[in-house]
Amino acid sequence: MHNNIFARAILGTTIALLFACSDKSPAPATSEATPAPVASAPAEKFKVCWSIYVGWMPWDFGAQQGIVKKWADKYGIEIEVTQINDYIESINQYTAGEYDGCTMTNMDALTIPAAGGVDSTALIVGDFSNGNDGVVLKDKTELADIKGQNVNLVELSVSHYLLARALESVGMSEKDVTVVNTSDADMVAAYSTDSVSSVVTWNPLLSEITTMPGANKVFDSANIPGEIIDLMVVNTKTLSEHPALGKALAGAWYEIMSTMNGDSDAAVAARTFMGSASGTDLAGYDAQLASTKMFYKPAEAVEFVNSDKLKTTMQTVAEFSFDHGLLGEGASDASFIGIETPAGVYGDSSNIKLRFDPTYMDMAAKGSL
Amino acid sequence: MKLINRKPSRPVRVILGILPFLLLLVLYLGASNARLAANPNDKLLPALTTIGAAIERMAFQPDKRSGDVLLWRDTASSLGRLAVGVSISAACALILGVLMGAIPFARAKLSPLVTAISLVPPMAILPVLFIVFGLGEVSKIVLIVIGITPFMTRDLLQRVREIPTEQIIKAQTLGANTWQIIVRVILPQIMPRLIAAVRLSLGAAWLFLIAAEAIASTDGLGYRIFLVRRYLAMDVILPYVIWITFLAFVVDYLLRRVSLLCYPWFHSQAKEND
Repeated sequence: MHNNIFARAILGTTIALLFACSDKSPAPATSEATPAPVASAPAEKFKVCWSIYVGWMPWDFGAQQGIVKKWADKYGIEIEVTQINDYIESINQYTAGEYDGCTMTNMDALTIPAAGGVDSTALIVGDFSNGNDGVVLKDKTELADIKGQNVNLVELSVSHYLLARALESVGMSEKDVTVVNTSDADMVAAYSTDSVSSVVTWNPLLSEITTMPGANKVFDSANIPGEIIDLMVVNTKTLSEHPALGKALAGAWYEIMSTMNGDSDAAVAARTFMGSASGTDLAGYDAQLASTKMFYKPAEAVEFVNSDKLKTTMQTVAEFSFDHGLLGEGASDASFIGIETPAGVYGDSSNIKLRFDPTYMDMAAKGSL
Repeated sequence: MKLINRKPSRPVRVILGILPFLLLLVLYLGASNARLAANPNDKLLPALTTIGAAIERMAFQPDKRSGDVLLWRDTASSLGRLAVGVSISAACALILGVLMGAIPFARAKLSPLVTAISLVPPMAILPVLFIVFGLGEVSKIVLIVIGITPFMTRDLLQRVREIPTEQIIKAQTLGANTWQIIVRVILPQIMPRLIAAVRLSLGAAWLFLIAAEAIASTDGLGYRIFLVRRYLAMDVILPYVIWITFLAFVVDYLLRRVSLLCYPWFHSQAKEND
């Protein structure tokens, strides 16, 4: 025990040094080592994080309106919902163990936490991108015209994946273009410069860029439906030890879904809230939702997760990730990391690090939460 | 004997100097082992062997895609940008600093402008730089130039004004005109101070270089760090950071040697500049 405390203290200090610029203190790492007070055990506390994206705004709404708290109270736990401005930083924080759950895409869930050895479960499959990510050419109208161009995108992101899939669809490969890594924050400004002739990006940046002169969207995620999936990912160990977390999050999520879906006043108010929180308005947010396939009903999400398609999608994603060196040093091939789906396991079944588990969504579908 | 009067002998000094580094290494290893014991694939604090393998891969093996050895290509690109950016800045600062320091009319005309520009945070005008200079090499170099020229200029201006008036007056009594005073009296005295200013501004120059490479790039040390950050590849990031630190140290050391070699008089009168 003494050794353990010592190791954790060192770890805490080092993390503090490494992340001295981040405002999260390493308190959780050290506090775990101190024995929990025996008298009147307080409610278990969990932390989840999210970042701005059309499919994740509901978490903000749910947290602000007390829906998450309501469900947490029901299961006798506490859930703290935090917004993180930088998407990648939010995943890194989750991977480092600062958060119990975080919103991310299927590809990032595979390449960051799973490749980092953090066994993760896709608790809620919220939606898939159905046009939210796109390839834009300036002054050209055919995807084939992309040959030989510089393509500005966030390298190693789903944009990069989308580009690879787009090139594949016209018989080209990444060798036919030059990928220029460009920060998403600067994508819109970058597009307006003369030197940029092609970008790949996601909403709301995408819709901003497609309204600019000469912009033609030549390929988007609606051409590869169901491949870019937005998830709420939680730590598998935490989830198996505390099923209440899964129940509370799933319960809250589908209550938010039913609130925001439709034309009722409450739904319009909810979407207006989400729109303004993501820097646009109701119309802008609805436009983004139109290119997102939201699973408003838990049964739809369960059906999606149970399909064979999910397994083949994850295989494509794993192969892309391996080709780009995203699965880490130890990966010998694309199947190095096991991915568990209801339709079966892709990859190494003795090294399963990413799980698609419809249990809690199924409970929501059956109304048993 | 009072503590402030006790000086460590040379071996003690070396040991004391190394100690913090060793302590840091031990702390790192302890934390890394603790994390790896909990999760052998942990990416946050990789083991030294993992870091070694990453160095081997980045520095000695050609990349699968481009065929380049990435570390050297990144280093060449970054050092090239740094050299061009810092050289332009140094030249501008020298010309402006000497002009403004020596000629009151130039000072009155330019000083408020330089002061104002030096107060603009370069990172804040990055989007403007992109639109004006594009996303290519030019904007990266311009960011360095805008970032470090103003304060180097202000520094040199100050140094020129510190030259004793007696020297200027003496040169005038000997019949020197303005140009001769600048070239024969001011310039030789300012050169070592320019090198000192460059050394001091290198840290900021690296900062701007890496920031520019993080935003839009196809190669460079900053580019690589921000790219692999996407999948938390600390085994690549940590060696890159150490490498950048080492390069910065070497550049600084070389500049100091040049200064010592060319302007020994300066160092004999200003020991604290070493």
